[in-house]
Amino acid sequence: MTTPHRLELRDVRIHQGDKTLVALDTEIAPGEVLSVMGPSGSGKSTLLAYLAGFLAPAFQASGRVLLDDRDIGALPAERRGIGLLFQDPLLFPHLSVAGNLRFGMPRAGADKAARVDQALAHIGLAGFGERDPATLSGGQKARVALMRLLLSAPCAVLLDEPFSTLDTHLRQEMRRLVFEHLREAGLPSLLVTHDREDAEAAGGRVIELSS
Amino acid sequence: MMLRLAPVLIVTLLVAPILAGLAMALLPAFGYLPALGGEALSLAPWRALAAQPGIERSVAISLASGLVATALSLAVVLLYLAAATGSRLDRWIRRLVSPLLSIPHAAAAFGLAFLIAPSGLLARLASPALTGWERPPDLLIVQDPWGLSLIAGLVIKEVPFLLLMSLAALPQLDAERRVAMARSLGYRPAIAWLKVVAPALYPLIRLPVFAVIAYASSVVDVAMILGPTLPPTLAVSILTWFSDPDLDQRFLASAGAILQLGVTATALLAWWGLERLMARLMNAWIARGGRRHGETSLRLAGKFPILLATGIAFAGLGGLAITSVAGFWRFPEALPQSVTLDHWAQALPALGGPLASTALIALCSTLLAAVLVLAALENEQRTGRTASKALWLLYLPLIVPQIAFLFGLVVVMEQLGTRPTHGLIIFGHLLFVLPYVFLSLSEAYRRVDPRWTQLALTLGASRNAAFWRVRLPMLLAPLLTACAVGLAVSIGQYLPTQLLGAGRVTTVTTEAVSLAAGGNRRVIGVWALVQACLPLVGFVIAIGLPKLLWSQRRGMQGAP
Repeated sequence: MTTPHRLELRDVRIHQGDKTLVALDTEIAPGEVLSVMGPSGSGKSTLLAYLAGFLAPAFQASGRVLLDDRDIGALPAERRGIGLLFQDPLLFPHLSVAGNLRFGMPRAGADKAARVDQALAHIGLAGFGERDPATLSGGQKARVALMRLLLSAPCAVLLDEPFSTLDTHLRQEMRRLVFEHLREAGLPSLLVTHDREDAEAAGGRVIELSS
Repeated sequence: MMLRLAPVLIVTLLVAPILAGLAMALLPAFGYLPALGGEALSLAPWRALAAQPGIERSVAISLASGLVATALSLAVVLLYLAAATGSRLDRWIRRLVSPLLSIPHAAAAFGLAFLIAPSGLLARLASPALTGWERPPDLLIVQDPWGLSLIAGLVIKEVPFLLLMSLAALPQLDAERRVAMARSLGYRPAIAWLKVVAPALYPLIRLPVFAVIAYASSVVDVAMILGPTLPPTLAVSILTWFSDPDLDQRFLASAGAILQLGVTATALLAWWGLERLMARLMNAWIARGGRRHGETSLRLAGKFPILLATGIAFAGLGGLAITSVAGFWRFPEALPQSVTLDHWAQALPALGGPLASTALIALCSTLLAAVLVLAALENEQRTGRTASKALWLLYLPLIVPQIAFLFGLVVVMEQLGTRPTHGLIIFGHLLFVLPYVFLSLSEAYRRVDPRWTQLALTLGASRNAAFWRVRLPMLLAPLLTACAVGLAVSIGQYLPTQLLGAGRVTTVTTEAVSLAAGGNRRVIGVWALVQACLPLVGFVIAIGLPKLLWSQRRGMQGAP
């Protein structure tokens, strides 16, 4: 995960009928977190859905999305190499904690079990592998979700208001943890939020969308 | 790509046999069936039909029992929901709905017959203290000429069906807030429910109500057990003509099948008129703005009938159980003087074959239905298109009377030279299993948060992997429940098995119904009880297996 990746949005426009929701032309450097802010209805979530490959048929998009100079705009979601961190941790309820971590790990790679143990230790959850995710606290769930994302070895990351459901104390801790890991992994990231503190903690450029 | 075909395949599987079957009933009804020497169109079958003794009465009974049974069932369900929602009774009834629904019609009908017959449990309990009867009275209670016991038997089974359909539709309506709003305006709870929830609920359960009308006006097995005999209902007459060794009677039966189609259509039309009338009356009642008057009687009317219906269904099963082990049992003793396992021991060797056939047919048709339904629902998720307009097609096999098209379908199969086999019966059962599996699974499938699949995809899983590793395990419980419903539907089928199997394939259900004519109570008790218990096995597995598998996963307990 040390190879640096670069995400470029070239003249991206998303329309709904005649109305242009989002117009963006920018690039995100390795390890940079670009924050996109705006009130609800400003098209933030639509932008994320477009980049991840889930744009609803009601919307049309133009422009190009380049990940490491490769145009990923036409690829299906699972082949884009873009990871997504949702508002909720969304740990698969039918899998153990370790099962959740293993879910996204690339098939190749022998020492899966060892890497899972290592990752758990890294987020202070050593020995939690066989636990039922429903028994974890909110903060623990959020950390497992982050680790699951990182273990899937994405080339870029989208963050969909990932801190909004946490309480104040936990929020600051998670912000630090998430941004630290993303920078460390050299991943270009796009954070969508309506909370200015999120954007400040991200420490990168901020783009404001108007409604 | 196979997924794309699933919706088309389902529609073809449901519609083509019905159309073919109807066509092949229509042609012989007008004298055309070259295989039997009918070369020219004529009205002879209709003249023969009109000359049948008691045909008017048959038609009248079919029509009336269909409408009355449906109206009663719907009234019981709506009044119950108005009066009891949220009460302790409500929690009880909700738990009993699925097992009640799973009891095959024939078993419930036998149960009722054993309860109300002149020598049945009720008469025994009331004699001689209340009635003075020292021997069974000479009354025609079961198979009464007015079809009252037939109607009662239908109501017992249709109440749980309509209740389940209503419970499935209610979450869309936000009923609690509607009632709370009306109560804040001074309406008493039951009146509030009837005035603000019922009018919105009815359109959502309209198709199931139509299915009940069609079923009740054309049912065969229940009518053979509880219905009048001289003359029987139209559907039973048609089956008699069709099974007649004299093949010329087939023309008569075909004309009868088309007449049955007309009877059911008339019942639906009459219902439509009743709907209009009720809508007017309801509007006037709502507009008058009464808030309190009648609450107490509504509460009674809501709770008592459903308790009665549920009680009768379970008491009937109890009656079957007692009868099946009864030795010498003198009237009016309430319980047998001696208990014996002789009847079971005698029936056991004969049970094996039909039991195996029943299981084979039920498992195969349910498995096929589950695969098709999953494929169609997954396709819907991937393309983002819901086939809501095609929904009424799902109800087609439930609204067109079985006897009207199955019967033509047999003629088609005979023309094609297909021999009656288990495969053919499985295909026939699929017509009725598939709609129920679809209806019970689709809600849960569509309610799954789409983010689970999106998450799996962004973690690099393929579309198929997301289905197998995420959606399917998360939906295991509703899938198993849908399969249990499918099994129950298949196990309870009488007519498709009887007709498509040409009487050569016996299942527990065909065997039990054929015993009805014989009148050996003890043997009927054994078979009907076996028939009633079989579907329960499916429900026990459907409830137990997920609990066992997910015992270490709290997030999967009580999941949708």
